[in-house]
Amino acid sequence: MSNRLIDLVNISKSFGSSLILDEMNLYVQENEFLTLLGPSGCGKTTTLRIIGGFESPDQGKVLFNGSDIASLPPNKRQVNTVFQKYALFTHMTIAENIAFGLKIKNKSKAYIQDKVKYALKLVNLDGFDHRMPDSLSGGQQQRIAIARAIVNEPKVLLLDEPLGALDLKLRQGMQYELIRLKNELGITFIYVTHDQEEALTMSDTIVVMNQGYIQQIGTPETIYNEPENAFVADFIGDSNILGSIMLRDELVEILGVKFACIDKGFGENKPVDVVIRPEDVELLSPNETNLNGVVTHLIFKGVHYEMEVEANGFTWLVHSTKMVPVGAFVSIAVAPGNIQIMNKPVSEDEEATAIDE
Amino acid sequence: MNKILHKIYLFLILLFLYAPIATLVVLSFNASKTRAKWGGFTFKWYQALFQNEVILEAFYTTLLIALLSALFATIIGTIAAIAMNGMKKGSKAAFMAVTNIPMLNAEIVTGISLMLLFISFGMRFGFSTVLFAHITFNIPYVILSVLPRLKQMNPSTFEAALDLGASPVYAFFKVILPDIFPGIISGFLMAFTMSLDDFIITHFTKGPGLDTLSTKIYTELKKGIKPEMYSLSTLIFITVLILLLLVNKTPKDKKNKKGSLQEEIIL
Ligand SMILES: Nc1ncnc2c1ncn2[C@@H]1O[C@H](COP(=O)(O)OP(=O)(O)OP(=O)(O)O)[C@@H](O)[C@H]1O
Ligand SMILES: [Mg+2]
Repeated sequence: MSNRLIDLVNISKSFGSSLILDEMNLYVQENEFLTLLGPSGCGKTTTLRIIGGFESPDQGKVLFNGSDIASLPPNKRQVNTVFQKYALFTHMTIAENIAFGLKIKNKSKAYIQDKVKYALKLVNLDGFDHRMPDSLSGGQQQRIAIARAIVNEPKVLLLDEPLGALDLKLRQGMQYELIRLKNELGITFIYVTHDQEEALTMSDTIVVMNQGYIQQIGTPETIYNEPENAFVADFIGDSNILGSIMLRDELVEILGVKFACIDKGFGENKPVDVVIRPEDVELLSPNETNLNGVVTHLIFKGVHYEMEVEANGFTWLVHSTKMVPVGAFVSIAVAPGNIQIMNKPVSEDEEATAIDE
Repeated sequence: MNKILHKIYLFLILLFLYAPIATLVVLSFNASKTRAKWGGFTFKWYQALFQNEVILEAFYTTLLIALLSALFATIIGTIAAIAMNGMKKGSKAAFMAVTNIPMLNAEIVTGISLMLLFISFGMRFGFSTVLFAHITFNIPYVILSVLPRLKQMNPSTFEAALDLGASPVYAFFKVILPDIFPGIISGFLMAFTMSLDDFIITHFTKGPGLDTLSTKIYTELKKGIKPEMYSLSTLIFITVLILLLLVNKTPKDKKNKKGSLQEEIIL
């Protein structure tokens, strides 16, 4: 059942003396929407270009349906790319742009015409056949780039931050469009973004990357609720990350205060990182718990209030629908299920987290 | 007040720049053989010009050299520009400097060095040496007009073509070439003009027996002033002027081919 369509095995890639990808392993299943998510320069585009055939890995295998395609040039791969800056052919009409791949495959005129019509309909741009790319808005050009790729019926569509240049409103619209397209066409999508919200909204699977290493692979829910390390927790949404000590199973000491939790198996008196989402922090009257503090900031965010609370030398980020005024004394409680315990990152990841402190 | 001053100033500059050429043009229509007095309007020098076999021969040579040298320079220069565009920043800058130097270099130095080069290779002076020389000094002009076009291009365009199944050669002719074509055309016209125009380098590399229009005018003038030469110079001036206007107006084909009915559909 779990059909591995693309399998990256031990991929390494350097540019000059800098190692960009280090022994990366990743597989993509048929019909999956997989998102590579990570900060700028972490190697997302490089990974995509290796799958597309525009870069060759220094080491490792790229398997497509089980056979190695590492030496296959891009024009021979059953993969199409939607480039970050559209890369439309400016001297051709929209119809000629979309027909480009089909003409190379020597399809009949009638077939090409039908396909172009169909693709334009699919991206909601019927009637644009004779326009030139320059006369289209950014969002429209983006959709033409998608249409140009999908008429070739690729097994896999690679999208490199396709919505990066669009404004927020258009971007949200396009996110739904893309999901609809994917469901209609049944194509596997490999999607690159550094926008965590976009990744959470659209993906079946998210691959969080940092500095050439995969930090975590999982569904949006797992990535958000059970981040494996501080980097992932910090990158996916706001969070409170605290260096703590796992005293024993189901008991953790945070900022010198003991908290009940539900994690086991970390050993005794072991240093760990704890992640607590701002919406999981409860503010009670002073001295109701052993962790007391004072509200130092308050911002109204629409759905909720965002507050900062100084407690035991740490600034807690708190989201709550109840407003507590600046200067008020409070105590902090967290439900055991909302305390996420993570191992301290090892070696190279350590560096990665340090950047975000 | 200020405006009038502007106009007078502009007029003086234009007068200063174009008075010599205007004199030449006027004299080419002067029926009197002496420069000192106006003997009435005539086309006879132009007629004489087109009956002068030596001049026509030189004209033919000039045209052939200009065409051939521009053609070869365009091919070589375009390929060079593509290579340079693919280079890293450092080596690109170095190559740019190397191509710029011959353009800024005094022509007489270029002319003499080419002459010495041909001598040391034991080449016989004549058509081929002039052609080689012209190709050489034309290449930088082509590079200079093609390179900016390449830089403007989205680097992903070529990859997008490959991605859609094009072979590298097909992608080049279908996607890159059309995009940089205006640059190539203006490079070609520029090279053609420079070749047509050249005197000094031709003078040093042509050897006896071969003449282009400019070297012909020079030898004729040494023998004594003939009004035919005024008309010839006038014709050359006008040709070069037209060519330069063309270079500045190279096509910018960025219009809708057909206005679509649904111009304003925005989602
Ligand atoms: N052709 C190249 N030559 C040298 N270095 C490169 C090349 N391509 C990428 N790099 C370097 O590799 C690293 C990873 O680049 P990559 O484009 O994969 O990052 P990314 O995750 O896509 O980032 P972004 O979100 O900014 O697009 C960067 O440090 C970049 O400078
Ligand atoms: Mg990128």
